[in-house]
Amino acid sequence: MAEIRNYTINFGPQHPAAHGVLRLVLELDGEVVERADPHIGLLHRGTEKLAETRTWIQSVPYMDRLDYVSMMCNEHAYCMAIEKLLGIEVPLRAQYIRVMFDEITRILNHLLNIGTHALDIGAMTMVIYTFREREDLMDVYEAVSGARMHAAYYRPGGVYRDLPDQMPQYVVSKYKDAATVKQLNTAREGSLLDFLDDFTQRFPTYVDEYETLLTDNRIWKQRTVGICVVPPERALALGFTGPMLRGSGVEWDLRKKQPYEVYDQVDFDIPVGVNGDCYDRYLCRIEEMRQSNRIIRQCIDWLRKNPGPVITSNYKVAPPSRSKMKENMEELIHHFKLFTEGMHVPEGEVYAGVEHPKGEFGVYAISDGANKPYRLKLRAPGFPHLAAMDELSRGYMIADVVAIIGTMDIVFGEIDR
Amino acid sequence: MSQKLEQLSAALQVTFEGRVQSLRLDRGELTLTVAAADYLQVAEALRDAPAFGFEQLIDLCGVDYSSYAGSQSFSKRYAAVCHLLSVKSNVRLRLRVFADDDQFPVLGSVCDVWPAANWFEREAFDLYGIMFSGHPDLRRILTDYGFVGHPFRKDFPISGFVEMRYDPEQGRVIYQPVSIAPREITPRIVREESYGDVGNG
Repeated sequence: MAEIRNYTINFGPQHPAAHGVLRLVLELDGEVVERADPHIGLLHRGTEKLAETRTWIQSVPYMDRLDYVSMMCNEHAYCMAIEKLLGIEVPLRAQYIRVMFDEITRILNHLLNIGTHALDIGAMTMVIYTFREREDLMDVYEAVSGARMHAAYYRPGGVYRDLPDQMPQYVVSKYKDAATVKQLNTAREGSLLDFLDDFTQRFPTYVDEYETLLTDNRIWKQRTVGICVVPPERALALGFTGPMLRGSGVEWDLRKKQPYEVYDQVDFDIPVGVNGDCYDRYLCRIEEMRQSNRIIRQCIDWLRKNPGPVITSNYKVAPPSRSKMKENMEELIHHFKLFTEGMHVPEGEVYAGVEHPKGEFGVYAISDGANKPYRLKLRAPGFPHLAAMDELSRGYMIADVVAIIGTMDIVFGEIDR
Repeated sequence: MSQKLEQLSAALQVTFEGRVQSLRLDRGELTLTVAAADYLQVAEALRDAPAFGFEQLIDLCGVDYSSYAGSQSFSKRYAAVCHLLSVKSNVRLRLRVFADDDQFPVLGSVCDVWPAANWFEREAFDLYGIMFSGHPDLRRILTDYGFVGHPFRKDFPISGFVEMRYDPEQGRVIYQPVSIAPREITPRIVREESYGDVGNG
């Protein structure tokens, strides 16, 4: 009789369903996964070490590049850590802008996650739908910061500048004729807030469209219901946060439990799952998008009514305005010192965590009083999720591994740092 | 929030009497420092005792204190810092433990207490060379296969020691000493307290 041996395969590092550079060594018994050993670090850039050699403000753009599908949330945690160390207050308008952009970012992230997750397990159309809406939100990013993805918009003490009064418009080119441009520009006649307002009115219908494609789809349910079930106690022990934890039925969301900025002023609900499988986590994400839409609408209302400063007036932390800097000696000195030597952050250590779309993104910063961080530790939510890969995928089929990777919402920028 | 932390602080003092090396409440965060010998027992008690109930390990990281320039002084070089979260009572705690030997830092592994510690400890081992005894699988995690040294130590230069390139003659990827020199554009400085105030230049 022939000897039966387990089969070991290499999944990745270049695989379309690996969501980046994940090398997964799978030990298979037939089609059943016996053991999974993820090898990470192929995208390791040493962000934390680099930050030790840069001034505090120079590291803000590095944060965008961590989780490159939810850029502003990363910046948010970093800025909050610096603000906590400095003990400064952020103007109220800046807090509303931050909350609004955090929620825009959450929608961006969930759209990508749901689109690619569906793509991985066989539903081609989803990704085309979700990328259509991502484009509008990326335009919002671009209007406010000049960059579609790596915004560097949040700064210690507030946000870099106020929302623009004019939404950028399309122009006629050899690729777009006058009729197309006119149609594309209909929502872009007014300010950024008008454009967003229009988007938030359209968006619930879009979410309904996604749901008609997936929620009752037989194939989608066959691929996700009962796959990768995580009991709540185990989810806590494994360090899960965000939809991975809420999908298992644990009501834990930093926006509600440890509110930061103005999350205690806005009205929203936290969805939780029941069974803790891939399908429940998908439903959580869908509902989170609807709730984010609600938050954005409330922020738009508030921001329309309340003009004001968007960054602290403490020139030791934030630069003075360009016009002031050009005219006054003292402001010029502040500007020069801030962008050469950088700000000095008082000695101490803080941990600042935000409810990032993937879970809890935390920044642990140690300062010894210098113009650079002494140690910066970035707590990426995906790291403990992927660490549990072995436990989660054992006993499932090899095809389910792809569904599990999708449900964890893995992005290597943050895991490898 | 601060009231909760004060209660927790008092409870920690009572429960771990004699084992608390320091307990600081700073900027609304509580930091408990314990000796390496007590680390595992304290961790277990923090998870299991009903007064604490820290069922979640949010983060564990290594720190190298060798070039710390602030007013605090640390007698040992390497530390592991855990960030704990109690979902039940909604409080956080930072637990710090210094490794006794600077030449060969060893700490107990908290993998059995919080399974989430597995990869975090591998990362601290990889980047700082802190050994976690009792860890089930202490391999490197973020650096390359066959990497030499622990890159986050303060005496490891930012440009590293070796660089990698493809050698057409040998037909494979080779390592060679780095060809770039580290440069510092903005020097690292710690200013005195009153720097920049009126009359202080």
